[in-house]
Amino acid sequence: MELVEKALAGNRRALSRLITVVEAGDATARQALAALYPHTGRAHIVGVTGAPGTGKSTLVNQLALHWRAQGRTVAVLAVDPTSPFSGGAILGDRIRMQALGGDPGCYIRSMASRGSLGGLARSTGDAVKVLDAAGFEIVIVETVGAGQAEVEITREAHTVIVVEIPGMGDDIQAIKAGILEIADVFVVNKADREGAERTLRQLQMMLHLGAGEPRDGWDPPIVQTVANTGKNIPEVAAAVERHLAHLKANDLLAPRERQRIEREWTMIVRESLLNELFARIPASERDTLIARMQARQVDPYAAASQVVAAVFEDSI
Amino acid sequence: MERPIRVLVAKPGLDGHDRGAKVIARALRDAGMEVIYTGLQQTPQMIVEAALQEDVDCIGLSILSGAHMTLLPKIMQLLKANEGDDVLVVAGGIISDEDARSLRQEHGIAEIFGPGASTHTITDFIRANIKRPAVEG
Repeated sequence: MELVEKALAGNRRALSRLITVVEAGDATARQALAALYPHTGRAHIVGVTGAPGTGKSTLVNQLALHWRAQGRTVAVLAVDPTSPFSGGAILGDRIRMQALGGDPGCYIRSMASRGSLGGLARSTGDAVKVLDAAGFEIVIVETVGAGQAEVEITREAHTVIVVEIPGMGDDIQAIKAGILEIADVFVVNKADREGAERTLRQLQMMLHLGAGEPRDGWDPPIVQTVANTGKNIPEVAAAVERHLAHLKANDLLAPRERQRIEREWTMIVRESLLNELFARIPASERDTLIARMQARQVDPYAAASQVVAAVFEDSI
Repeated sequence: MERPIRVLVAKPGLDGHDRGAKVIARALRDAGMEVIYTGLQQTPQMIVEAALQEDVDCIGLSILSGAHMTLLPKIMQLLKANEGDDVLVVAGGIISDEDARSLRQEHGIAEIFGPGASTHTITDFIRANIKRPAVEG
């Protein structure tokens, strides 16, 4: 594919086009990804997640500036939510990333979630592949403002930063399952505000309540930052780099990658099967079944088994 | 698969009034478009770079400062120089009829929307005039 070749050769216009192509997720996208795939697996993928307004974009901007100053190339994928009603979206993460403009070693792309839950768009992983293949050393993925359960990012990133701010919830929030569990690095941003020490203590308590050794032998560090002024950004970057070094030193990178690929592949198989299956159910049959369920003549499980059995009988 | 139209909404130059740009951004969102909003005080370079990285179909420029005859042609030149000729560019703000004519005819701005233009007119215009209706390989 010409577009892939141009993007791999460093043409930025082609790179942008290619992300549009993979975002569409159609046959052309699959063709492009096939051509890109051998070139992937090199970038350090860093996820940044946290509630809306915690300063994720500002932190991403500062981290990217820090790594650029060290001469490393950085791409940013920033995901914002799509309206469930109109399908439209306002993607505003770039506003906080003005300082990165005009730098050929840095690339920023906004993505709408397009109906996906979990904090990422369906094709975020594929867009990461494009940027990885294009040779960016670090790819930062910023999720949709996430609450408690948007943990999809763990599937795409090697290192996940969870951003907290003072004054969000009590110590019970800190021991709930979900987003706090996925952090490899904690950032308490806006640490110049009242309550920062308390948030820090709650996180420390949460981390040390767990029984036994921390997951993967990694004790997530907590860094207090003021992203607006750049305070402690080098410490966050260092923690992220230490985490990758830890994964490498303990042979954890390959098993993680294996797990990610298995999950990704399973999801693709599932989706393709579903599409194939639904394509074989005539619309009239579907409408009849739905009407019968609505009339309580058949329950949804029975109606599902009936359809699946029929499709498989046909194909044998 | 149908792809949402992507639009960059930007305010070039030094004017600090962004209520209009926000109203437009919201209207485009409600019309099902993906709007990349870049905020105030954008240089032509910043706008063109963002538009190309975001691979938008359209750039909507809001300008109330009076500097449109300097900034808008500059944006068009930069777009052309960077293989961005297929991006539809529209503008809105306080722009005289004479300037609007010149921007359309000599500089390639597709349409100028003055005060009072309805948001429907704008969304319909964008939908009808973007140059890349589908994804190409």
